[in-house]
Amino acid sequence: MLLTGAQIIVEVLIEQGVTDLFGYPGGAALNIYDALYERQDRITHHLTAHEQGAAHAADGYARASGKVGVCMATSGPGATNLVTGIATAFLDSIPMVAITANVGTDLIGKDSFQEVFITGITTPITKHNFAVRDINRLAHTIRSAFRIASSGRKGPVLIDIPKDISAAVCEFTPEPPIAAEPAAIPDSALLQEVADMVNRCKRPVLYYGGGVISAGASEELLTFAWKAQIPACHTLMGTGVIGFGDELDLGMIGMHGSVTANAAIDKADLVLAVGSRFSDRVALKSDAFAPRAKIIHMDIDPSEFDKNVVCDLAVGGDLKAALADLLPLIENCDRSAWQAEIDGWRAADATLAQRRSGFFPQAIMEIIGEEAGKDAVIVTDVGQHQMWAAQFCKQTHPRGFLTSGGLGTMGFGLGAAIGAKLALGEAVTVIHVTGDASFHMNMQETCTAVSEGLQIITVLMDNRTLGMVRQLQHYFQNSHYIATEPDRKTDFVMLENAFGGTGFRAENAGEFRAALRKAMETSGPSLIHCPIGSEELVLPMIASGKTVSDIILEP
Amino acid sequence: MPQIQPQAPSKAVLALLVENNAGVLVRVATLFGRRGYNIDSLTVSETNDPGISRITITAQGDQNIINQIVQQTQKLVEVRAVRIEDVSNAIQRELLLVKLRTNERQRSQIKEICEIYEAKIVDLTKSSLIVELTGKPGKIDAFLDVLAPYEIIEQCRTGVTTIGRGPDVIPYDHSESHRA
Repeated sequence: MLLTGAQIIVEVLIEQGVTDLFGYPGGAALNIYDALYERQDRITHHLTAHEQGAAHAADGYARASGKVGVCMATSGPGATNLVTGIATAFLDSIPMVAITANVGTDLIGKDSFQEVFITGITTPITKHNFAVRDINRLAHTIRSAFRIASSGRKGPVLIDIPKDISAAVCEFTPEPPIAAEPAAIPDSALLQEVADMVNRCKRPVLYYGGGVISAGASEELLTFAWKAQIPACHTLMGTGVIGFGDELDLGMIGMHGSVTANAAIDKADLVLAVGSRFSDRVALKSDAFAPRAKIIHMDIDPSEFDKNVVCDLAVGGDLKAALADLLPLIENCDRSAWQAEIDGWRAADATLAQRRSGFFPQAIMEIIGEEAGKDAVIVTDVGQHQMWAAQFCKQTHPRGFLTSGGLGTMGFGLGAAIGAKLALGEAVTVIHVTGDASFHMNMQETCTAVSEGLQIITVLMDNRTLGMVRQLQHYFQNSHYIATEPDRKTDFVMLENAFGGTGFRAENAGEFRAALRKAMETSGPSLIHCPIGSEELVLPMIASGKTVSDIILEP
Repeated sequence: MPQIQPQAPSKAVLALLVENNAGVLVRVATLFGRRGYNIDSLTVSETNDPGISRITITAQGDQNIINQIVQQTQKLVEVRAVRIEDVSNAIQRELLLVKLRTNERQRSQIKEICEIYEAKIVDLTKSSLIVELTGKPGKIDAFLDVLAPYEIIEQCRTGVTTIGRGPDVIPYDHSESHRA
């Protein structure tokens, strides 16, 4: 059938199974929006307040569902406003397709109104991008974008479509949805080597990250860890795979990780890195990471091998298959001596926790765990609250803790929570944990949650500072607080009400529990304003370039 | 645990077979720029397959860096093949054009040097000449070294192109182009 470029875009999105997309219209995008108007029966466009919110929503949708998130913007500023959201998805390997409209082909390159070279701008922050120049290639290009975004190590792909291409007409043939390219099956000889090393070692540690969630390999990881009796620590991106309190769980590793996790890695004789990448927030001093250990690195992306930390054995390919194939090769081992040593470090974490009794951020996360349940999805912004959320999060399922790990994007949370809520629906509680500074960055998306009638509960830990930066100033800049103590007068409860949501105030654990219960019975978005001390610090802390022997436990 | 040891910097010549699409060179160059890889020279040209261009890159770095360059370059969607060339078993060529300011006496001296190097004088005026020389980069370096006492006023080198000896070719993926 003959369709316009705009109709082809919408038909291919429908064909690929897209039911929701997030965006903001504009002149160059008019044709595409007209095609969306015709197909509202099959695909819903969610208007955000700002294109950055649309990109984060598509990202949150993808993180929550595992599907490809789709966002759309007009040319020029619409396209550039997506950039932070695209970079956020890129750093965390989140599958996303971003569609930007551009000015007509005859106006491209002439500094026309609302024209930017968005494919140039996004080249280093996308897996790939396309500047469409031929209407006959359009359908194939969009399908390729979905294949690239969802294959191998996932990531964002951008398609830039000039206005004359969306207006042009061409023959369209529907096709079935594309399938992601199958990931390589790991080499069985290498897996035998892994098994031999695991079976022989005395002090192993599993160090896993977001790659496990992306591969859908959480079950396999758990089964493997239990059979091999390997204590496991996780990166920020791996939060939720192995639950809190599981006897193998060492907690989070890295800058704000537990004493137990960091000490165990330091003393280990074997580190098995699975779907993690030795980032600078984990291997804080890369040449002193796991100094006593043989390192095995399993990942879908071979470019991660030896990038930050050199490994002794690299196994490329699909983690789900790798862990499943590894299982029968693993012998039952007694690791009680190693467990006993680890329990010694657990005591240090327990002491820290004891000193924290009555610590409001911890109480907040624990009450969320109790009231919202293990199946609730936590979405965070970036900063101190994010680390507290990760440290005390009780949600124990993959895709249950959504956070901007690699890019550390303040302002990520609300947009991502909108995307997650739309992906998960009424039945799943979505809690957006944020801080006052992060919330100020993209709070305008509250209006989106109101328009869409989304029950998103924002828990705002308000320390009236830019807490994480202030903490760095405290430790490393002689407490020279500059640009971290804004004298803002924002009344967050009134603000939430002004947007059309429901604001609550909670100054202690009891009030918070009551407010959370009310919020969970309130339709539409709500915000619980939780004032906390400005001096609160995220501990433990190991500074960049330092090791576990320099761990900071005292304020 | 093995550490990333700083190894002696070395040079590697990489052959990339890439889709002949607009912007592919920018992607390769952006990758090198973003990750801080050092390029000594880069050449690009069409090949016998109209859909494929060949990029030859001479890069510097220790073995870890060179491995990273290969791995990261392979991830680019439009890159169909990457090979580290074995320069001991490959033909390597570069073209030099160099313009010198000369008087009559120097002209004959330069002519003599050119004969030894089998370089060609391709332009001549009363006060200048242009020399063309093709050869391995080392030969061109040596030639320029000999010319150093003379007044070079303009110089350009094409960068290295390399092709492996013998009947073997670089295999590459023939799937459909990502041209949009």
